Amino acid sequence: MNYFREGFIWLNDPLNWTNPGGLLERLEEHLLISGWAVLLGCVVGWPLGIWLGHRGRGGGAVVTVANLTLAIPTLALLTILPLTPLGFGKPPVVVALAVFAVPPLLANAYTGLRQIDPETRDAARGMGLSGGQLLRRVELPLAVPYLAAGLRTAALQVVATAALAAFVNGGGLGQIIAAGFGVGMSNGGGGQIVAGGIVVALLALLVEALLAGVQRLVTPPALRGQRRRRPTAAAPAG
Amino acid sequence: MSFLSRAPAPAWPLAAPADEGPGNPWFSWRYVHDNADDILSAVQFHSSLTARAVIIALVVALPLAIVAYWWRPLTGPILALSGVLYTIPSLALLAMVAPAVGTTSDASVLIALVLYALLVLVRNTLAGLTQVPAEVRDAASGMGYGRLGLLLRIELPLALPGILTGLRLATVSTVALVTVGAMIGKGGLGDLILGGFGDNFYKAKIMTGAILCVALALVLDLALAGLGRLLTPWSRERRA
Repeated sequence: MNYFREGFIWLNDPLNWTNPGGLLERLEEHLLISGWAVLLGCVVGWPLGIWLGHRGRGGGAVVTVANLTLAIPTLALLTILPLTPLGFGKPPVVVALAVFAVPPLLANAYTGLRQIDPETRDAARGMGLSGGQLLRRVELPLAVPYLAAGLRTAALQVVATAALAAFVNGGGLGQIIAAGFGVGMSNGGGGQIVAGGIVVALLALLVEALLAGVQRLVTPPALRGQRRRRPTAAAPAG
Repeated sequence: MSFLSRAPAPAWPLAAPADEGPGNPWFSWRYVHDNADDILSAVQFHSSLTARAVIIALVVALPLAIVAYWWRPLTGPILALSGVLYTIPSLALLAMVAPAVGTTSDASVLIALVLYALLVLVRNTLAGLTQVPAEVRDAASGMGYGRLGLLLRIELPLALPGILTGLRLATVSTVALVTVGAMIGKGGLGDLILGGFGDNFYKAKIMTGAILCVALALVLDLALAGLGRLLTPWSRERRA
């Protein structure tokens, strides 16, 4: 518990928050990177998942892709992408994180459209709705809870994984921990390491709680009763 | 591999600048050949750490899931706790464990890994146990099975597919997570990945580490899938 006390002492120093490269700056970076990554993931994952779900094909492929991404170490992607034409800096980190955001978004969009009762579809078609109208007026509204669940999983995963961007100097809160390890345990880095860990963990928990609330808000009251387990394919936060 | 290590350290790729195309290829057999010992020991460390983490997690998770299954009031708290712990990023977990346990031992990486594998296993085992049909349980009780007999002879075998799914998920994600230990120099193949990044962006080293990581995950996943087929012959018949 001695180390935790050192961590809190570190957190108590206002300079550690406001310094260049301090907690506030890193937090801003962290949220910026995560936000872009989730956005990129949505742009790729949602249309694809919705299209596949609308067509009703490719489910096996979706599951396979989602499972395969579990095996790719985040660290590898984070180190490989800067060496490609993407170059160094934030873009490769955002792309790497987006790669891990796509599978939950894709899989949930797909299942969200597939779980709709076929009779509902038939009824809508019988009323003369075209494919596009069916998608916009019937399928998408009914799939909103699933889309929200996917977004929640993806966002949490990205916020948690963004801590690893520190390995390649990509910025974010992980940098606090990395700097602590750099200082070394015997030189008082321990407190900083623990403090960084606490802040990253708290941020992840906060994001999770916030998005759980959002998911509840957008779920129509009629659907709230049937609680769905979150997809077990969600990787532990990298 | 002794005939390989006899040669002096290769001079060519270690200092190759990042922008030099042919001098710094994405993959080189020469690198693999020359560093076979390093790579092998990394793979060994990686698989042993994965195996230790998953086995410890399984030993802890099974009783925990059974406790949660027998005493329903405990199900909620145990699942909630696993959900909260699952949310914490691996790096943060490592950052909080490492100073307490000591950064030089691989125990700190092991503890973080066990915690993650534990959560997946508890969730899946519990899910497997709760979906045993009530009629089956009633029938078994009618045949005179006690609580323990019911668990060992009926419920656990029927929950095996769920447990194995959890085991596969836990193994694959543990393989990927071991690399995070590279932060404190105990990352197995992660050390290769990060080491390559540090060695002037030595691409072949990074790629070798990444490819072996994915390959190891796939091999372990397939092995567990095969084990699952052997252990649950009835589920194969039902599908046919």
